[in-house]
Amino acid sequence: MAATAATPLLRLEKITKSFGPVQALIDVDLDVPVGQVTALVGDNGAGKSTLIKAIAGIYPADGGRILWAGRPVHIRHPRDAAALGIETVYQDLALADNLDIVQNMFLGREVTRHWALDEEDMERKARDTLASLRVTTVRSIRQPVASLSGGQRQSVAIAKAVLWNSKLVIMDEPTAALGVAQTRNVLDLVRRLADQGLAVLMVSHNMNDVFEVSDRVAVMFLGRMAACRPASELDVATVVDIMTTGTSTRLNNEGDRGAN
Amino acid sequence: MAPTDDPQVSAVEELTEPTGDAAAMAVAPELMAQTLGEYVRAWVAKVRGGDAGALPVIAGLIIISVLFQSLNSKFLTAGNLVNLLIQSAVYMLLAMSEVYVLLLGEIDLSSGFVAGLGGVVMAELMKQGTDWPWWLAVVAGLLVTAAIGALHGTLITRIGLPSFVVTLAGLLGWQGVMLLVLGQGGVVPIGDKVINNITSGQLSVTASWIVMLAIVAVYCARAWLRDSRRRGSGLVAPPVSLTVLRMVGALVAGVVVVLICNTDRGINTPIKGLPWVVLLVLAVLAAWTFLLGRTTFGRYVYAIGGNPEAARRAGVSLPRIRTLCFALASFTAGIAGIVYASRLRSVSTSIDGGTLVLYAVAAAVIGGTSLFGGRGKAANAVLGGLVIGAIDNGMGLQGYSAYVRFIVTALVLLAAVTIDALTRRGRTAR
Repeated sequence: MAATAATPLLRLEKITKSFGPVQALIDVDLDVPVGQVTALVGDNGAGKSTLIKAIAGIYPADGGRILWAGRPVHIRHPRDAAALGIETVYQDLALADNLDIVQNMFLGREVTRHWALDEEDMERKARDTLASLRVTTVRSIRQPVASLSGGQRQSVAIAKAVLWNSKLVIMDEPTAALGVAQTRNVLDLVRRLADQGLAVLMVSHNMNDVFEVSDRVAVMFLGRMAACRPASELDVATVVDIMTTGTSTRLNNEGDRGAN
Repeated sequence: MAPTDDPQVSAVEELTEPTGDAAAMAVAPELMAQTLGEYVRAWVAKVRGGDAGALPVIAGLIIISVLFQSLNSKFLTAGNLVNLLIQSAVYMLLAMSEVYVLLLGEIDLSSGFVAGLGGVVMAELMKQGTDWPWWLAVVAGLLVTAAIGALHGTLITRIGLPSFVVTLAGLLGWQGVMLLVLGQGGVVPIGDKVINNITSGQLSVTASWIVMLAIVAVYCARAWLRDSRRRGSGLVAPPVSLTVLRMVGALVAGVVVVLICNTDRGINTPIKGLPWVVLLVLAVLAAWTFLLGRTTFGRYVYAIGGNPEAARRAGVSLPRIRTLCFALASFTAGIAGIVYASRLRSVSTSIDGGTLVLYAVAAAVIGGTSLFGGRGKAANAVLGGLVIGAIDNGMGLQGYSAYVRFIVTALVLLAAVTIDALTRRGRTAR
C-alpha cells in the first residue's frame, strides 16, 4: 500500500478548533489513504467527534490545512464535503422509519423524470449498490426501514453513503448498539468498502472491532493526535495506554505520521 | 427518534435468523409475493401485525350500513346514497386538507373556518354589485385561503410556534374575519348556476357512463403499464393476477357508483346521473395522490413526518416544505368551502367551522392517517370522509338530535385514534 500512502486521499495538517476557551483540536495531523480502513480511537472528549465533524463540514476547522488528493481544499459546509465525495454515517443513522430502503437511500437526491419520481431507476441503482456490498439479508428493498434489524439499518445507512460515488466514508461508532452477529456483518461491510477502493475513517470505542478491520489506527488524546500507525505495529494494550495517558512505554518513538 | 436499538433485542433477533413473520408484517404484501396465494397470506400476516390499512374503514362502512339500514330502510336507497356522497364531499375535501399537516405530525385546527372564509370571499365577489364571474371569484377565494395557510406555515416554521396554537388562533381569528366580512347576521345568497350545480347538478346518464369508463380505463392503463414495466425489468412487482384483480375492482366500483347515481332519485321530476361534486372530489384526490406519492415534494413530506432530522441532513428545506404543506392544506380547505357554499346555495354567519374541523381530523384519522406523522394518503381521507358522512346522514335520517351525533362521532374518532396508537406501538416494538 506504499503507493497510496504517498499521497493519501485526505491529509489533515495542524487542524485546530476551539469552542470558546475550550481547545477541542490542537494541531491534529491525519492521513486517510484509499483502500484502507483508518480507525480513529480515543477516550470520551478526546476530540474524535469534533475531528470528523470538521472533515464533514459541520464544525469547520479554525486553522490548519486540509489536502484532498494532494490539493488544498476548504470544507466550510456539509455541501463542500459532499461535493468532494465525503459521506458521513452518524451514529443515529438518520433514516426515516416510515420510508422504505430505496426511498431512504435516495432521500434528498431523488431521481426524477417528467416531474415525477423515477422509482424504477432508483430501485435498480439501490439494488445494485446493495448487491455490490453484498447486503443480502434484507427481504425486500421496498420494505420500510422500521422493519429492519439494527445491523440491517446500519448497512442501509452505509449503502446510502456509498451510493453517491463517495470516495471517503466516515463512520461514527458503526457497531455500537449491535449484537455479536450483526457487528460481524457490519465489520465485513466496512472491510469490503475499503477493498473496493474507498477510504474509510471509522470512529470506534471497541478495540476488538478496531483491530479486526483497520489497517491504520489513529489515537487521539485531549485534542491531540497521540499516535497514528499501521495496526500491525500496535496492540490493544498499547492503544489503551495512549488513549488514557497520551503515550505508551510500549511504543517505539518514531515519527507518528503513517509510516506504511 | 434515534433508532439506536436495544442491544439485547438486536442480539436475540440476529440469532434467530429473520424467519419472516417479524419482517413480513410491516412489508406491503405485494412487495414480497410472487403469486396471489402468497399475497393473501402476506396480507393476512400484515393485518395481524397491526397494519390493517383500509380494512377498519371498510369494515366500519359495512357495519354502519347494516346498522342504519336495519334502523331505517331508506338508508340504502339510491337517493339517500347519492345524497350521502354529496354531503360527504365537504368532509372528504377537508380531510384531504388535514392529511397534509397530519403527515408532518402537525395539526390544522383552523381549516373549518378557513374553508368558510374561502366560501365567503367567493360569494361576496359574485354577489350583486360586485358581479365577478364565478371562476374569478373561485380563484380569488382559493388564493385567499392558500395565503392564509402560507401565513400559518410561516409563523409555525420561521418563528417556531406550535401549529396547535397558531391554528387555534386561526380558528378564532378567521371566524372573526368571516363575521366581519359578512356583517351582523349576514347571509350572502349564491345565484350563480355553475357554483350551485357543483353539488346540485349532475351529468346525463350517458355522460356518467362515459366519464366513469374513461376514469377506470385511465386507472387500469396506468396500473397495468407500471406493474408490467416493473415485472419486465425484474424489480419488486405484484403478481399479474393481483394487477388484474385491482383493475376489475376499480371497474366494479365504478359501475356500482354509476348504477346508483343513474337510478332516478327525484321526487317530482326525475333526477339521474353522476353529481358533479363526485368528479371534483376524484380530481382533487388524483392530484393530491400524485403530488404526495410521485413527486419529490411528497417524498419530503413523508420523510419529515418520519424523521425530520434525517430529512434535514438529506438537504431538505424543512421550513419550505412545511410552509407549503400548510398552504396546500388551507387551499384544499378553500375547495371544501366552495363546495359547502354550493350545497347551502349561500354563505352565512352560521357556518360552524369548529365542528367541521373536528369532523375533518376525525375523517382523516378514521381513514388511516396517523396523528404521529409520516403515514397516510389522500385516499384514506376520502374513505374516512365517507364514514363521517354516513354516520351524519344515518343519524339525520333517524332524526337524532345534534348531541347524539356529536357523541357518536366522538366515540368513532376515539376508536380510530386508538387503532392508530396501537398500530404505532406494534411497529416500534420490533
